[in-house]
Amino acid sequence: MYPHYIEESVRKVEATREARLKETLPRLSVDAKTPLLQKFHPDYVAGTMRPLAIGPNKGDSTPNEIADLLEANSRIDPDKIDLSKPDYDVDVLVIGGGGAGASAALLAHENGANVLLATKLRLGDCNTVGAQAGTQAADRPQDSPATHYLDTVGGGHFHNIPELVEALVKDAPSVIKWLESLGVNWDKNPDGSMHELSGGGASRLRLHSARDYTGLEEMRVLRDELRNRGIGYVEFSPTVELLTDDKGQVAGAVLANMETNELTIVRARAVVMATGGMGRLHIQGFPTTNHYGATADGLVLAYRAGAKLIFMDTMQYHPTGAAYPMQILGQLVTEKVRTLGAQLVNADGAQFVMPLEPRDVVAAAIIRECRERGKGIDTPTGQVGVWLDSPMIDLIRGSGTVARELPAMVRQFGRYGIDIAKEPMLIYPTLHYQNGGIKINADGATTMLGLFAAGECEGGVHGRNRLIGNSTLDIFVFGRRAGMAAAQWSKQANPGALTLNHVRQWQKNLNESGLAQKRPISPLLLPDYAKAIPDYMPSYAKESLKPSWMKLA
Amino acid sequence: MVDIYVMGKHYAVPEGLTILTALEYCGYRIIRGCGCRAGFCGACATIYNFKNDPVLRYDLACQKTVEQDMYLTQIPFFPAVKAQYDLEQIKAAGEQILALYPDIVKCFGCNTCTKTCPQELEVMWYMSDALRGDIREVALKSFDCVMCGLCAARCPQGLVPYNVAILCRRLYGRYLAPVSDHLEQRIADIESGKCNSDVEKLKKADENELRRLYSERDIEPAY
Repeated sequence: MYPHYIEESVRKVEATREARLKETLPRLSVDAKTPLLQKFHPDYVAGTMRPLAIGPNKGDSTPNEIADLLEANSRIDPDKIDLSKPDYDVDVLVIGGGGAGASAALLAHENGANVLLATKLRLGDCNTVGAQAGTQAADRPQDSPATHYLDTVGGGHFHNIPELVEALVKDAPSVIKWLESLGVNWDKNPDGSMHELSGGGASRLRLHSARDYTGLEEMRVLRDELRNRGIGYVEFSPTVELLTDDKGQVAGAVLANMETNELTIVRARAVVMATGGMGRLHIQGFPTTNHYGATADGLVLAYRAGAKLIFMDTMQYHPTGAAYPMQILGQLVTEKVRTLGAQLVNADGAQFVMPLEPRDVVAAAIIRECRERGKGIDTPTGQVGVWLDSPMIDLIRGSGTVARELPAMVRQFGRYGIDIAKEPMLIYPTLHYQNGGIKINADGATTMLGLFAAGECEGGVHGRNRLIGNSTLDIFVFGRRAGMAAAQWSKQANPGALTLNHVRQWQKNLNESGLAQKRPISPLLLPDYAKAIPDYMPSYAKESLKPSWMKLA
Repeated sequence: MVDIYVMGKHYAVPEGLTILTALEYCGYRIIRGCGCRAGFCGACATIYNFKNDPVLRYDLACQKTVEQDMYLTQIPFFPAVKAQYDLEQIKAAGEQILALYPDIVKCFGCNTCTKTCPQELEVMWYMSDALRGDIREVALKSFDCVMCGLCAARCPQGLVPYNVAILCRRLYGRYLAPVSDHLEQRIADIESGKCNSDVEKLKKADENELRRLYSERDIEPAY
């Protein structure tokens, strides 16, 4: 149910629906995409990025919100921390409890390593659970890893790192099988063949899904398996700094208890960073699809220790975040809605972009439709949006398809009185994914010895724009590879004494450059959504009176 | 504004907030009981009632809109029974469920689990399917479970439906779902090196060549 004045636009969408069922807009040529992106994609808005002033990527541009945290102060004073008696001594420490971290932990364990997984919130609180549409793998006869490769690099605007894409597409079918052998329930046809769907920028039907709960299904199985194998994990324990040894190799981490601030020292012969993305930084004020803890912590930790980042000037705005109702503003409306046949339609009921273009192109086209052409629909919160014409799906694929294929979306909108099988959905781009990240090779090894990375916190495989279904693939491909490589490295690593010298050096550089006073502390750990309460504390007593949880904030 | 009570204390909050954003509006900074903020992770399972209506209601705090006179609290976490098993060493036979979760016979059909489920799943029905050993039915009926734990929290017999459900789904996926021949074939092709030369060509292609190949690629219809 929409407000009355919006219903008028719904009538226009209904009036053109029958004609639109026969209308296919052409895909844009490679040359036509560039000016659209440059004029309307958020990555190109002047003044929203700046070159980093310090660190391994000095001079490279990144959004101001990320730059602030990369150039920031440590949360801990190395001189106050005793590293001589670590609380844990393990072969492999995995930082992050999402799909990449869980895969890395399982594979490191399988390869003989003693593993500890540390995560900021609960095991499985991650972006993986929110991934709805599916996982790409070229396993049908009319498809091939090479076709998957070409789609992926085209979507990434030909900037992707070739060895990483090769690993992605060649591991993909075996990842699907691995997940099934652990008990993932894929959508299948009665003969056992996979029920696969298309996706933006994909030239074949290649998405493996589990209704529209794909990421949830993948994550809950991996979490259950981690528990079955008795692999150790600690929750509500974010890493606040990596540890290095006297040779400069990564050799562990300092964890902080989210509730008590107590520190835990972990010595590890190898570390896998799998901390996910940055949506909760709300780049340019955008709402986000990301989970509560997506605050780019891993980027900060790795960068401060000396690891190189790549493509940090490209963020993904998912074309279809909910624009209405306000309760779910910015939350993900899965691309599967377009995959199943829904078109994007403006206030007059007219299509304006081929719905299965790559995400950056669709997002830019929606922004153009609203900002330049004034064909968006204003909602009561002031958020503008366009229509995603979901009722087309049952018309194209038969009654009941929406209910069967999109139960999460039906449930989510149904709560607010919107039946997406009968009424279209109002959407607008929302901050979704970090295309770049920590630079890795095909084994997940970073530029720092002893440090590996997997999943959204690493970069290169997706170039400058990721395709649908390549992220839930990335986390398993590189989670598995990084876990295996970390276990192998841990057997040969010969770590020396633990130090926080890289943090001392970092703070020295910050002080000398004058940045220390201008920047916050990081990693951020959580966004602050609580209403700001005025600070009445007298300044003479401030530090000594501040309760510990305030210092953590 | 809407009047709500957080652990008994009155606050007035704007209309249209969820339970989660209302707590934040009041000034609460949340560490536990908040995950994906989008209805998928089950972290914010919550129990509430109303000022003049003691009947307990159940939902996800990130999805439920606040209503006039709601009494709110975030439920504490407590651990639930989970059987440890090696999926490769057990069988997809009905008895397996009972072997790992013998307590399920204690269900006396009060249906509290179903009434509690924020996903509106037929929890009690899938528990009776589990008792009968029907793995497939449990897998199907429980599929949309976010494992928030509310069913276990409220079960008077201390059963853990959501862990019984994931056992069945995993057994179904591993042993009962029909095998995908084309997947097996493609994995064999990749392992034998059959796909290498085509990928190798693309890896070596320069950007102009890639652009040409990408523009000229044929696209399978979406439906």
